[in-house]
Amino acid sequence: MPNATPDTRQTVLEISDLWKSFDSNHVLRGVGLQLHQGENLVVLGKSGSGKSVLIKLIIGLMEPDKGEIKVFGKNIPQLKQAELDEIRTRIGFLFQSNALYDSMTVRENLEFPLRRHRKKLTQVEVDSLIEEVLSNVGLAHTKDMMPSELSGGMKKRIALARTLILKPEIILYDEPTTGLDPVTSREISNLMLDIQKKYNTSSIIIAHDMSCVRITANRIITLVDGTCYAVGTWDELSHSSDPKVKQFFE
Amino acid sequence: MALPGWKKVVAETGAMSAFAGRFFAEFWRPRYEFREFFRQCFYVGYQTLGLVAMTAFIIGLVITIQSRPTLVRFGAEAWLPGMVSVSLVREIVPVITALICAGKIGSSIGAELGSMRVTEQIDAMEVSGTNPFKFLVVTRMLATTLTIPILAMIADGVSLYGSYLGCNLHATVSWDLFWYHVFNSVWFTDFAPAFIKTYFFGFAIGLVGCYKGYFTTHGTEGVGRSANSAVVLSSLLIFIIDLIAVQITDLMGLN
Repeated sequence: MPNATPDTRQTVLEISDLWKSFDSNHVLRGVGLQLHQGENLVVLGKSGSGKSVLIKLIIGLMEPDKGEIKVFGKNIPQLKQAELDEIRTRIGFLFQSNALYDSMTVRENLEFPLRRHRKKLTQVEVDSLIEEVLSNVGLAHTKDMMPSELSGGMKKRIALARTLILKPEIILYDEPTTGLDPVTSREISNLMLDIQKKYNTSSIIIAHDMSCVRITANRIITLVDGTCYAVGTWDELSHSSDPKVKQFFE
Repeated sequence: MALPGWKKVVAETGAMSAFAGRFFAEFWRPRYEFREFFRQCFYVGYQTLGLVAMTAFIIGLVITIQSRPTLVRFGAEAWLPGMVSVSLVREIVPVITALICAGKIGSSIGAELGSMRVTEQIDAMEVSGTNPFKFLVVTRMLATTLTIPILAMIADGVSLYGSYLGCNLHATVSWDLFWYHVFNSVWFTDFAPAFIKTYFFGFAIGLVGCYKGYFTTHGTEGVGRSANSAVVLSSLLIFIIDLIAVQITDLMGLN
């Protein structure tokens, strides 16, 4: 298990007093958190507690009712579309459903963001980047395959490779091991840890799978009743006597 | 909260108008997705051509065969090529082509975008800093708007060939004589309004397919519903546009 990191490191993402409701359902009620450089922050919470909503607010797929989401010092809800697109190239997002473009091959999936944001790259450089990220996820041989030909674990790895292709500084993982068997789940968790070390990325990980949490988390936040209820390392929270925290570790 | 029926129709019409407005706003702005546009043109045009051509051929043949006995009864058999060609070029072929495209292209766009929506592929495009509206919607709407008139024009030619064969089933009409009658009957004022309205048919098919697909909800069930409602609504719009076009040509004295 990775060690908890001191809070003296640079803050890359800061959320304060974040509120979000859907009609009368108040999902987030004043959430606040900080993500430090090179840190894996896991957000734990029950189904429907607003974990996925939280990361969709961070990436600008939803708009908050109130509150600030500062990424690299810029407040996401106030950014213009062009600025938001620019900052999105520095943030990777791994979807729970992988969201691979199913009409494209693996290579085309990886090329898609590159062709839009790294226009000056030559074909040789593009090929080399694709080789690099595919090797990092251990699937260099799948370049010409369609997503429908891949297994669940392979799709997750390719989705991760696509997330990595623009070398993001922050990665948002939405339940990265959901639907995978325990062995593949452990492999993906270790891969996330390798990526953190190799690229010094900072990550927010939404997770249910406690083995994934244990492997990847530097720090854990529990989301209860729309607020950040408890913050700490695995050791601190897993030994908590508070029933609202304890329920996640039982 | 669920809206009552008529309010839902008004809300849907408003939302679709806004969607069309967004198309015109985004259409001018770079980045231009030429590659995807040509891919969609290929899909809409080339892959629908066979179906459209076969239907047009059969329609041309059938209309000619069915019209013949009536004209024979009045001793006006010589009018057959001219009368059938005017009906085909002005009305039947553009509408039939548009309806086939609504069934094949409209449903396919609705299902494709719908499935991309429910599997978060559209969100993935957005978070990678790509404008999904421009990449997916503008290219498809433009492709249907520009390609369906070309398909209709080809279908005109094929249906007239079907009509020529139909004329020759019970009589002998030479190739030259047939076309002499056709070009003496079909004037530019017959062809032009029919051709112009196919742009509107194409736009309506692209608009409805993209709108229904882009805002799909409720998972895989929603994808089926989007594909189905794309066909139903675009077919209805084709008839409404046709009605409006007829009124306009009537007011202009072109009928």
